[in-house]
Amino acid sequence: MSNLATNDDPRDNLFLVAMKSPSFVIGLILTLMFSTGAVVSFFWTPFDVTVLDIANKLKGPSDIHWFGTDHFGRDMFSMILVGARTSIAVAFIAVGIGMVIGVPLGLAAAAKTGSMIDELIMRTNDLVLAFPALLIAILITAVYGASATNAIIAIGIFNIPVFARLTRGAALSLWTREFVLAARVAGKGATRISVEHILPNILNLLIVQSTIQFSLGILAEAGLSYVGLGVQPPLPSWGRMLADAQTMISFAPHMALLPGMAIILTVLGLNLMGDGLRDVFDPKLRRNRT
Amino acid sequence: MRKPSFLVALGTALLLASSLTPAMAAQTDITVGMVLEPPNLDPTAGAAAAIDEVVYSNLFEGLMRFDSTGAVIAGLARSWDISDDGLVYTFHLPSGVTFHDGTTFDSEDVKFSLDRARAEDSTNAKKNIFEGIDTVEAIDPTTVRITLSAPDGLFLWQMAKGDAVIVAPESAADNATNPIGTGPFKFVDWVQGDRVELAKYDGYWGDAVALDSVTFKFISDPTAAFAAMMAQDVDAFPNFPAPETLAQLDADPRFAVVVGATEGETILSTNNQSPPLDDVRVREAIAHAIDRQAIIDGAMFGYGTPIGTHFNPSNPDYIDLKAQSNYDPEKSIALLAEAGVTDLVLQFKLPPPTYARRGGEIIAAQLRAVGIETEITNLEWAQWLDEVYKQKDYDLSIVSHTEPFDIGIYVRDNYYFNYSSDAMEAIMTELNNTTDPAARTALVHKAQQQIADDYVNGFLFQLAKTGVANSKINGLWENSPTQANDMTGVSWSD
Repeated sequence: MSNLATNDDPRDNLFLVAMKSPSFVIGLILTLMFSTGAVVSFFWTPFDVTVLDIANKLKGPSDIHWFGTDHFGRDMFSMILVGARTSIAVAFIAVGIGMVIGVPLGLAAAAKTGSMIDELIMRTNDLVLAFPALLIAILITAVYGASATNAIIAIGIFNIPVFARLTRGAALSLWTREFVLAARVAGKGATRISVEHILPNILNLLIVQSTIQFSLGILAEAGLSYVGLGVQPPLPSWGRMLADAQTMISFAPHMALLPGMAIILTVLGLNLMGDGLRDVFDPKLRRNRT
Repeated sequence: MRKPSFLVALGTALLLASSLTPAMAAQTDITVGMVLEPPNLDPTAGAAAAIDEVVYSNLFEGLMRFDSTGAVIAGLARSWDISDDGLVYTFHLPSGVTFHDGTTFDSEDVKFSLDRARAEDSTNAKKNIFEGIDTVEAIDPTTVRITLSAPDGLFLWQMAKGDAVIVAPESAADNATNPIGTGPFKFVDWVQGDRVELAKYDGYWGDAVALDSVTFKFISDPTAAFAAMMAQDVDAFPNFPAPETLAQLDADPRFAVVVGATEGETILSTNNQSPPLDDVRVREAIAHAIDRQAIIDGAMFGYGTPIGTHFNPSNPDYIDLKAQSNYDPEKSIALLAEAGVTDLVLQFKLPPPTYARRGGEIIAAQLRAVGIETEITNLEWAQWLDEVYKQKDYDLSIVSHTEPFDIGIYVRDNYYFNYSSDAMEAIMTELNNTTDPAARTALVHKAQQQIADDYVNGFLFQLAKTGVANSKINGLWENSPTQANDMTGVSWSD
């Protein structure tokens, strides 16, 4: 694959390398499938998910209702589309919160390593990490009420230490490198070095981690909705669809099977994509492959 | 070859286990599932049906009691005489009756209980049923005489209610957490959030009971209830919360499914003072937006009878007023426009039972169709009792009023509907002072009409009693003529 080395555009290069990784391709297809579904649901769904049709409840898949109907006669296909939107929106914002707050914290801690600021940031991180994430999420929603916003905040809080820790670790090793030293000699301050030199070099790590966190966020949203603390009706959520289906699994298995599959495939897709991306970004692994 | 040998071992173990079972004697303990946990265990100081569903007839007894058909039969009073003018009731009590703490029961306890219930500072949820009592006299230890200020044809019926049970002066104050009564079962333990345990009281004065211990287990989640039933963690679930699984349970030879009637009028409770719900046109609009059959089919899988007012359709005095609040979304929209209400958003607070949680989603969708948005909040039972029932901080809710003949709640002061009507007040006062059956029927009709005319609440359906039990259990009530899980006649067959 020597032609890769001669390719002028490094982004093309990376993408082509990535497409050689089967796990990345499968992951990308699955992720694209669900994100397309989510986007489409904004403009079009076969049926309105807030309109009930009790007379047609618990119907199996047919050419009218592709995925069948639930216990209120709602179209399962439409619900899964809108559910994808819910899941992705919650996970996306939650990961966003984690990155926007966590990464600067990590950079600051690395820049002032060993200082009080470093200690304060990292020990607070430890404190948050010490609690089981879902338990605190339940606590937050129990105190402030169950809603999509509170679910996002709860999941977001737990993304902060993950990103802060990752950023600090990676940034610390970069701070000892020559090009950072050169920048310091050139008189750049800690903030400028962090933003101009450190951040671009850890971006690949952050992207890989965010796909993993994204899949965890989708799982967490499904879990919270399953216990009734996430997105509230009438907005569909995969987790709540599963919860509704439980007692009906013996005579309407499609009600549990389809949202279950949706969760599994989305999380699997994101994880495979994250794996593939890690392979692509990791210079050692890349060298082996090319 | 590892797998087959493991299977053989498992098979042998199962065979051994199953061959052991028939050798055992009939079971004498029972675990009964309930959806709602009682907030306390004192039936004389709380309105929640769940209190009576644990203690009625099991732990506490009144002078009279209800049997499984709803008829009033002798309780602690073995016999009674009524004076010709209907004013003086003389009750004859048995001797040798003791409370669970060993103290003796006599006419003084009756006097104490009734005087306590009708006292100025009484916390009894149904204080009004004692209002007609003029004096209570203990003639001798086994005779008590009650004089009424006016004849009351329903007096014995009132005395059978859980609110009129007899308590002891020594223990009455602690009954909320450590109930002491005269019933065949005594209180053992209450693990909050999980279960209440009762055990047979050896010193019981009446007919011996077959069970040695009774555990009431609180499971509000339909899925968990179904799982507990299938795993036989609970032996009986008198009001099973997952109606969709009844067909499956019925087909299972381990279980018997009995669908009976309850006194539960399931209503869309409405806060009549929260604007714009104080406008009768808005309440009428809500009533016409509701498709009752869709709720019964969607939430209860067909179990339930639609109602048009707050009255049990199996009662001979019931009048069918469903047409007055028929499903007519067009009319709803017109009424809302007439009332000048736009962009209405209502707080919709739902307690745990299935009829509320699922019915709430259906009603929310039906209201949305006429332009009323709702914000659904799912509450735990204790939260619901506090926020909705006590503090009246809600617009809409759904709950089943399971007490028999409870139309009187529409004139109760400070009741959570926030409804007050002089017309209704006059009807109910007249009803209380009327003994002639025909005149009473006419007044009961008038009362039903009045609340339907005022569209006080959305009248949805009469709750069905979806009972599931182990097929070896005998003696459970088929219907719920009152709020009770009477375990006194329950036994296991071998």
